Amino acid sequence: MFVTITREPIDTSGLAGRVRSDADGAVILFTGVVRNHHEGRQVVALRYEAYEAMASEKLRAICASVASAYEVTDLAVAHRIGDLTIGDVSVAIAVSAPHRDAAYKASREVIERLKREVPIWKLERYADGEEAWVKGAIPEPG
Amino acid sequence: MAAGEAPGTRVRVTSLFFAVYRDILGTSELEIELPEGSNVKALIEAVRKHAAVDELPRHVVVAVNQDYASPETILVDGDEVAFIPPVAGG
Repeated sequence: MFVTITREPIDTSGLAGRVRSDADGAVILFTGVVRNHHEGRQVVALRYEAYEAMASEKLRAICASVASAYEVTDLAVAHRIGDLTIGDVSVAIAVSAPHRDAAYKASREVIERLKREVPIWKLERYADGEEAWVKGAIPEPG
Repeated sequence: MAAGEAPGTRVRVTSLFFAVYRDILGTSELEIELPEGSNVKALIEAVRKHAAVDELPRHVVVAVNQDYASPETILVDGDEVAFIPPVAGG
């Protein structure tokens, strides 16, 4: 299992390589990417911020919980913080498993729980020069 | 302190503010002293009073020493209490 909160660009193929073993028939790599619009406004850049120690710990707990719930071999999660621009990968989740069904389900559960439980915030910068913190989800203790 | 009044033990906790809460409070960190036995709810009220304008929402989620905690959680000296705005990772 590997978890990182990083200011550097995410090496997505490296992340997928970390989880693969010869017993695996499936490796799912999910990437979340910065898009250029939100609720009808044109977004030009984002800044992510995290309560880093807790965010890492929460991600590890989510991975451990998901690993015990599905027939997966390994998981790796990287979340980027700092200033990002359109097209940058903000989050990547790699899951390996002997069979694809478990890998798909586990990958989906990690991203959904990340969005509800992990203390990370997103400031959007718009084309008109304004900026605003994205209205997030009331965190649910996992 | 008035004569005859028991001094009482106090606890000192570090409050951390992130994202929109940091903008509201104008700082990322406050050291706050509370009477021994105070809970998270009492700390949140103390922080509200510290702010020039109370723009914190009615319901504030906090983590004590990196674990989400209820308003009834009793604080002890040296606790780190993070005020966690609605999260938006991903």
